[in-house]
Amino acid sequence: MAHIRVPEGLPGILGPMAISPETTKALRELVEVLLRGPNTLTSAEREMIATYVSSQNDCCFCQLSHGAAAAEHLGGNYELINRVKSDYASADISEKLKALLAIAGKVQKGGKHVTTEDVERARKLGATDNEIHDTVLIAAAFCMFNRYVDGLGTWQPADPQAYCEMGHRMAHVGYIRTGPDQPVAVA
Amino acid sequence: MGHIQLPEGLPGIRGPLVISPATTKPLCDLVEVLLRAPNTLTMAEREMIATYVSAQNDCYYCQACHGSTAAQLLGGGAEDYELIAQMKGNCEAAPLSDKMKALLAIAGKVQKGGKYVTAEDVERARSHGATDKEIHDTVLIAAAFCMFNRYVDGLDTWQPDDPEVYREIGKQTAALGYIARDWKRPLETAANQQPATAGR
Repeated sequence: MAHIRVPEGLPGILGPMAISPETTKALRELVEVLLRGPNTLTSAEREMIATYVSSQNDCCFCQLSHGAAAAEHLGGNYELINRVKSDYASADISEKLKALLAIAGKVQKGGKHVTTEDVERARKLGATDNEIHDTVLIAAAFCMFNRYVDGLGTWQPADPQAYCEMGHRMAHVGYIRTGPDQPVAVA
Repeated sequence: MGHIQLPEGLPGIRGPLVISPATTKPLCDLVEVLLRAPNTLTMAEREMIATYVSAQNDCYYCQACHGSTAAQLLGGGAEDYELIAQMKGNCEAAPLSDKMKALLAIAGKVQKGGKYVTAEDVERARSHGATDKEIHDTVLIAAAFCMFNRYVDGLDTWQPDDPEVYREIGKQTAALGYIARDWKRPLETAANQQPATAGR
């Protein structure tokens, strides 16, 4: 159970978000622009970066919900997302995205792990400065979101179906909410 | 210098902030509400949590800026800077409240990874008077600085090594906060700026 009192039945980040509206507004705006704002990286690619970092941080809720969002952007290709998490080098994704995932993996360990060679490799495969910037910031932001979710010991549903629904909503409705979040039925 | 092309002469996070206005707005809104909005933790206490996590992440720019801001909020004297240095070196031995030490212990666990925070860490903070909201805010401040530190170092930004620069940054940030700032100016003159919190 969570380390602090949060509303019952709200999975993962939604519990702490419900008790802290001022920080939630900024967090939602940040993730919306990072993952869904206009960008030369597709939303699917950006959700994959978020998913990969979350899996490296071993955050169950974030990797399953953002993995589902990535899959939903790709018409339900959950298999590809599982491959990106387990061994992205062998996944059917572009070489540029592989180079960006390598940078994201270094950021997950710590900012100083990113080398000039990592950046050069991405650039050689066509990555722009903006794409490199956004990759670093997405990876850094998920080092925050993952710690927020796990540092408060939040409840995370075990039912994969719950994440498919979340992912569908994240992919197609987005992260800005106008009303309160609904509890998830416990399977 | 720098993994990507950034404006010359802007220290640390300011270069990336200037080139990415769409992300800069929510980032500045977030840090403003976390570190400066009304809270039962003082602004100095919250800046200290940010400083401690940045030191654990070995981010020179963030620990120097937020450490200086914390010291300025405490009065800006040599003893205030000394307290921040002591806290970074060994927070349990520093002259801080037991509640603050317990919150820094939680922040240090968050820095390693969210799952390191134990029920005992949280109980310890609660037994020294920390509220759920204060524990929530401590976890989110620590998590947010795991982001900011990675943003600053992951792009290999320029970080001045002159302590006077950070003294000035601390003065300005203590006075002006984080929103409505002109990050394009290498170092703003505090006197030329309206406080960001004016009129609230």
